[in-house]
Amino acid sequence: MSRPALHGLIAEFHTPAGIVKAAEAVHAAGYRRVDAYTPYPMEEVLDALHLHHTHVPKLVLGGGLLGLAAGWGLQYWSSVVEYPMNIGGRPFNSWAAFVVPSFETTVLFAAFAAVIGMLALNGFPQPYHPVFNVPSFTSASSDRFFLCIESGDPKFDLGETRRFLQGLGAADVQEVPE
Amino acid sequence: MASSSRAPHPVIGPGHTFATVTDKIASLVLTRKTPLSWFFGFGVAFSLLMMFLATVTYLLAKGVGIWGVNIPVGWGFDIINFVWWIGIGHAGTLISAILLLLRQQWRTSINRFAEAMTLFAVACAGVFPILHMGRPWVGAYWLMPYPNTMGLWPNFRSPLIWDVFAVGTYATVSLLFWFAGLIPDLATLRDRAQHRAVKLVYGMLAMGWRGSARHWANYEMAYLILAALSTPLVVSVHTVVSFDFAVGVVPGWHATIFPPYFVAGAIYAGFAMVLTLAIPLRKVYGLEDFITMRHLENMAKIMLATGLIVAYGYMIEAFMAWYSGNAYERFMISNRATGPLGWSYWALILCNVLVINTLWAKKLRTSVGYLFFVSLVVSVGMWLERFVIIVTSLHRDFLPSSWGMYRGTQFDWSMFVGTIGLFLTLFFIFIRVLPAISIFEMRTLVPGASLEKDKA
Repeated sequence: MSRPALHGLIAEFHTPAGIVKAAEAVHAAGYRRVDAYTPYPMEEVLDALHLHHTHVPKLVLGGGLLGLAAGWGLQYWSSVVEYPMNIGGRPFNSWAAFVVPSFETTVLFAAFAAVIGMLALNGFPQPYHPVFNVPSFTSASSDRFFLCIESGDPKFDLGETRRFLQGLGAADVQEVPE
Repeated sequence: MASSSRAPHPVIGPGHTFATVTDKIASLVLTRKTPLSWFFGFGVAFSLLMMFLATVTYLLAKGVGIWGVNIPVGWGFDIINFVWWIGIGHAGTLISAILLLLRQQWRTSINRFAEAMTLFAVACAGVFPILHMGRPWVGAYWLMPYPNTMGLWPNFRSPLIWDVFAVGTYATVSLLFWFAGLIPDLATLRDRAQHRAVKLVYGMLAMGWRGSARHWANYEMAYLILAALSTPLVVSVHTVVSFDFAVGVVPGWHATIFPPYFVAGAIYAGFAMVLTLAIPLRKVYGLEDFITMRHLENMAKIMLATGLIVAYGYMIEAFMAWYSGNAYERFMISNRATGPLGWSYWALILCNVLVINTLWAKKLRTSVGYLFFVSLVVSVGMWLERFVIIVTSLHRDFLPSSWGMYRGTQFDWSMFVGTIGLFLTLFFIFIRVLPAISIFEMRTLVPGASLEKDKA
């Protein structure tokens, strides 16, 4: 290989307003394989890049239903099927009493689904990612805002995309080696 | 408030930028010299923890006979302390979940260490019922539904087993919530750490977080859902704890007011503990810009509001004893107020009804030293409340021939004080190795962080 493969071009911005304007322009110009890196969640960037979509709620619903079935099933099976025992004359299937543990297992499984699902959808744990090759990227977790157009985008052209990003008021535009 | 001559205190001091917020909070962990008071506090806490471990060792060797519990008072310090600690934990979840859903911005700087406080308080709480079993390694099948060789299963009709599920879920979900909230901050520490080993540890914990917009979309949704799940959960936990009492027939326990009264008491005690921790923390680490008077005053107001609900609970207990016409209920109240343990009831009224009402005065509510004093008084008051509910109800119930007396032994005290050592030790380690204030959420409070808000 004569030169390292390219992940994309990353532009650095110093203000929240700067990255929002740039994200809107990049999306308008037709780039789709784009990612923004911000030090805190920014609704406006998600709006600009149309990235609001998330599968987390579906996973949580699934986890909650599974937890409900598991909690209820455990109680019904152990109290009615496996070891029916008359305690204080109450029915074997004391469904009203079973509501409380079932609620707790529902919440428990749903919470696991939310956290593990979020991590899995984000591809974590992920020890390596090309953007970490950019030296100034460490400030993405502090006070700088980054916008990366990836080389896989059909519209990506090294020279032209670089000029385009520079025209958006980026403080710096760098190549991201793969 | 609008007519007030001056604006409310800000949630963040003036002049802060993304960089100063990040520097300030991360430096507590990474660069700042650990203050001498940290070593002093940690030393005291760690000594108490050693006392706790010594007591537990002696307890496991000798059995629960070293405690003061006996018939008729079979639930003594261990259950008092369990309820006290679990209640303290509730404020952390209230701040992190309920105030998030209610869009209370001021929660941001206090939620991280309040959540840590929840975890450590629940850990301390869990110690007591487990050790109360006497031989916890044998007792596991009473609590956990697992296929044991005796073929026995827990009795799911009992509030005590509900408690296992509620507290177990609460501890686990609190841990998940706390860890999820830490991930972006762990990435900040990874990026700023100088030492290679430190970088590696924070890097592994951050799991590759890089602040991608795609990740934030999943993250924000997961965080919001966790808050929505924790909100009914936290209400259920202390409700179930109150069922441990209210489902029984003992006069003084058998009351329908218990669930709301316990939940309010839990939040009340929890905010007192948050203040007890926040006031020295902001002083020692110079965090007055982040934990401002606005935070302290708001917490004082919540304490006052929940304290009034608790006082209402005391009133209803007495009223229902009279109104029910039940001789045992009436005796229970008169025994509480005038019996041999009457001092505990009046001390409770002093702490939880009289002192808390001084917070109506803005001057007192905004005095840091006074708030610290009130927060300690409230913690004592809430411990006394559980003492009154548990001990004075049990020691004289129906039959005078089975009445008795109760007092904690030195081992009861050393275990209780020892768990305070456990709690503080964990808290001191926490503020040393993890950011005590959520950095990424503080960035959202910096002026200019949100474009839409500035337009509005």
